Amino acid sequence: MSIRHGLLALLERGQMYGYQLRAAFEESTGSTWPLNIGQVYTTLSRLERDGLVRPLPESEAGQRPYEITDAGRADLALWFATPISRTDRPRDELAIKLALALTTPGVDVRNVVQAQRSATMRALQELTRLKYGSNRPEDLPWRLVLDSMVFQAEAEVRWLDHCETSLVRHRPTGPAAPAPRPGDADAGDAARWAGEEARR
Amino acid sequence: MSGSDDEVLDLRAVHRTHGTGPAVVHALRGVSLVVRPGELVAVMGPSGSGKSTLLALAGGLDRPSRGEVRVEGQPLAALDRRGLAQLRRRRIGYIFQQLNLLGSLSALENVALPLELDGTSGRRARALARAALTEVGLPALGDRFPDQLSGGQQQRVAIARALVGERRLVLADEPTGALDSQTGEAILHLLRRRIDAGAAGVLVTHEARHAGWADRVVFLRDGVLVDTTAPLGSVEQLLSGSDR
Repeated sequence: MSIRHGLLALLERGQMYGYQLRAAFEESTGSTWPLNIGQVYTTLSRLERDGLVRPLPESEAGQRPYEITDAGRADLALWFATPISRTDRPRDELAIKLALALTTPGVDVRNVVQAQRSATMRALQELTRLKYGSNRPEDLPWRLVLDSMVFQAEAEVRWLDHCETSLVRHRPTGPAAPAPRPGDADAGDAARWAGEEARR
Repeated sequence: MSGSDDEVLDLRAVHRTHGTGPAVVHALRGVSLVVRPGELVAVMGPSGSGKSTLLALAGGLDRPSRGEVRVEGQPLAALDRRGLAQLRRRRIGYIFQQLNLLGSLSALENVALPLELDGTSGRRARALARAALTEVGLPALGDRFPDQLSGGQQQRVAIARALVGERRLVLADEPTGALDSQTGEAILHLLRRRIDAGAAGVLVTHEARHAGWADRVVFLRDGVLVDTTAPLGSVEQLLSGSDR
């Protein structure tokens, strides 16, 4: 999401000046996305340049409110109507880190997985604690933002579990590989999978 | 290291093996875990990692091959069958994915049953059951039978039955089962509230989102605790993203 669409959405509620926009933005996102006032004014001047907002006369207190234009409303409607492409999101540093850990000598990728899972799980606990404390009806927008972060963290933990299981199954079969212990179900699985891999 | 009085659950280097000789399976290998009042510990791990075995040992439904299990300082190995059954009825609440509600009893009677089996008078058992149903948000549905309740309501009745009386240890095995995410969350909210009121809990789950309700998350793999989450940090740190 761009800050410009966030500001346009807020101006659709009614005219606002810079500090009001910043406060409303942070309220909507539960402070998960802190904005500085400089970002707000820079974005407003770009929106004005593009004809999406227009400045109104200054108030007696010297504050200049902005209002959304028809072109701004059309741009906002298009934004709401268009799904966000996954390719617009930043590359996943974690996936790249694990892929590199797997092929870099001297790096124990299982340690990398476990440390990341522990950190992500802790973040998930914190987010849940925040949700637990936000039960008022007016907290709904904030709770939905939190839910989004919760589901993303959950997906990351599931993916890390998947990575760990894959690592067990694809344990190297050379002399460095530990021999499976009798009765160790997962070690047996690992040997079977390694055998299947070797037959391919 | 000697245990302290405020440890509700204390597993000490617990092993559990099934079978013998070449067919032996090590379900748990030297697991130690302490759970204190007001603490909810989530246990995560893949299928077959030993999660349910750990829960069965904690609740006295199974005995370790080696090591010791204590509930409120009481070594379970020192109890005979009758003593163990009494401890389970009075001090431990179980929440399973299979609700095990008796279809011929009303919600209120289902909740009161463990107390009545333990010798509590019918009137007092029903009063406590009514309080437990109120705690889980079903004060008006005590007269309904299980088949007259939704899945989420049935799970709440099962939780009321697990919490009724003075249970200090709550053991939950995938308690949200097939419930939708909102209803499942409401169930975890209830569990959390009971823990915050002073009980100790162990929650077995394979869903990280549910484990997020816990104070501590431990990961089991091949019967060994491989990992545990660090203590919770500050909210400001989380929101600023500075811990990533």
